[in-house]
Amino acid sequence: MVLLSLAYHSLKNRKLTTTLTVFSIALSIALLIGVENVRVGARQSFEGTISQTDLIVGARGGSLQLLLYSVFRIGQATNNITYESYLKFKNHPAVEWTIPYSLGDSHRGFRVVGTDENFYKHLRYRRDRSLSFASGHEPRGVFDVALGADVARALNYKTGDKVVITHGVASAAGRGIQDHNDKPFTVCGVLNKTSTPVDRSLYIQLEGISAVHIDWADGAPPMPGEEVPAEKITKDTVKIDQITSFLLRNKRRIDTLRVQREINTFSEEPLQAILPGVTLQELWRTIGYAEDALTVVTFFVIVVGLLGMLVSLYTSLNERRREMAILRAIGAGPGKIISLLVFESFLLTVAGCVLGVGLIYGASFLFQPVVEEHFGLYIPVQAPTPTGLIYLGAVLAASLLIGFIPAWKAYRNTLSDGLTPKL
Amino acid sequence: MSDPAVLCENLRFAYVKDRPVLDIERLEIARGERVFLFGPSGSGKTTLLGILSGVLTQFEGKVDVLGREIAKLSGSERDAFRGAHLGYIFQLFNLIPYLTVVENITLPCRLHAERRKALGGVPLEEAAKAAAAKLGIRHLLAQKVTSLSVGQQQRVAAARALVGAPALIIADEPTSSLDYDHREKFLELLFDSCKEAKATILFVSHDRSLMHLFDRQLDLAVINRAQTVATAE
Repeated sequence: MVLLSLAYHSLKNRKLTTTLTVFSIALSIALLIGVENVRVGARQSFEGTISQTDLIVGARGGSLQLLLYSVFRIGQATNNITYESYLKFKNHPAVEWTIPYSLGDSHRGFRVVGTDENFYKHLRYRRDRSLSFASGHEPRGVFDVALGADVARALNYKTGDKVVITHGVASAAGRGIQDHNDKPFTVCGVLNKTSTPVDRSLYIQLEGISAVHIDWADGAPPMPGEEVPAEKITKDTVKIDQITSFLLRNKRRIDTLRVQREINTFSEEPLQAILPGVTLQELWRTIGYAEDALTVVTFFVIVVGLLGMLVSLYTSLNERRREMAILRAIGAGPGKIISLLVFESFLLTVAGCVLGVGLIYGASFLFQPVVEEHFGLYIPVQAPTPTGLIYLGAVLAASLLIGFIPAWKAYRNTLSDGLTPKL
Repeated sequence: MSDPAVLCENLRFAYVKDRPVLDIERLEIARGERVFLFGPSGSGKTTLLGILSGVLTQFEGKVDVLGREIAKLSGSERDAFRGAHLGYIFQLFNLIPYLTVVENITLPCRLHAERRKALGGVPLEEAAKAAAAKLGIRHLLAQKVTSLSVGQQQRVAAARALVGAPALIIADEPTSSLDYDHREKFLELLFDSCKEAKATILFVSHDRSLMHLFDRQLDLAVINRAQTVATAE
């Protein structure tokens, strides 16, 4: 303990270098933990885009593709599924709820999703969060449209505005294939921000999707003058033929694999059901290289931080030869000299770790809302992850090892100096 | 306690082989004796102190300090022995710059349990205060050592060497950076404190104006045969 207190006072005496060293270690620690937290946050955000859904069901094809268009609204479905098949599983005794999606139309680059009230009631993200409205309400009429938070903000729409949806998916700037000019929708509500792809879509009822295509024949729009006027269309007059995919939740988790098998072997239509968790992990593995690169960079930042400490301790040794001789004279052996210097590097690193962790948590706390707002990345302010703790432990262990380098040098000095330092 | 404080027999030491720096047939210092050791620069004074304090170990012959044959001690035993039983005062810069006066004085006792035991239950701070009071630096205890004058620093060094009543005080030209009045004053204080603790003093200096204050004067140039060989070359 005497040596620890000596080490502490010695560091305190060299305020400037100590402060600088502690700061450089703190910054690298903050970066290390920060990257780790972002990594975990990104992963959790990613995995949290959809929760409490047991299966995603669509037409047979790639499982990744089904996940991409159903959850992330990326790419297109190659095939739709019939509404009859959907109803069969919706009313399946093992199934608790389903959320149907009908995709294919867009509005100024944003996808338009046909769905039903289950979407607002049952969809969960980030474990157990549900959707809620910032203003207005969910679509009730055929021509009602609810907006995701990003859509409302980007296009500056509010409740009551008219929205014309476009057939097919067009870029924000380009013209769509064909606007459904004759059947405009009215904004009935705006959803709260979720930081998931939900924010970037418009939501109408399944009947709405059918309604805008009611007078189409064989994939072509009606001839001018032959359109069915919007006011003649009600929920009862439109028929839903098909949807694109649906999310499914079973009453009991244990039924999941059985229902999946039942869907995959459904004889009336080629369907496939995927487990969202498994497919999300598959997808994460393919895009997860960036996090490895980030971790490698951080690792080198730590190395640089510790090397800075090594340099500052090592260069201080020459001016400390006298001090070492005094310690020798009052009976401090080589072991104590070595411990003193190892303690110094350890104390510097502990201080750096504490400050660094403080910095990163302070920063996360301050900037969490901003990051979520601008990057859609929710970084949880949580206790360090096991990996983070392992990193901290490794840095401390490394500091002990590194401390032996100046310690050894000091030991050599004391051997050659004895009680008369060569200054 | 009948052992002499220092006993050297046929002591030979060389930094470089065949170029001995020290060659002493016999040197004995009795317990409680105050010895003034002098000699020109390069006569091996500092080397002898290094051997007696157990820092230089590559010597031949027999060296007993306070009844212990230091060649037979292991490295850590020598360090512990030095810490517990020896007080060492340098010519200059005796103090750890980042500690206060009182922290400097108590450091040997905090590093060595045996030295602390020698206080006989007196609290560390009290022992430091007592030592400081004897040397007239009681009022400086809480100060940083960097704010002290050289004379004050040497007194703090003396207080540190004396606290815990070590049996042998080795002082390597502790007064050479003081002016004459301060030298005598410093010595008086040192002697008073040592008398109380019955400590032996080995005082090294080339300043012979102080030698009359000591019980015995030793000329290293006379007792060190290596030196005569070297000068004869």
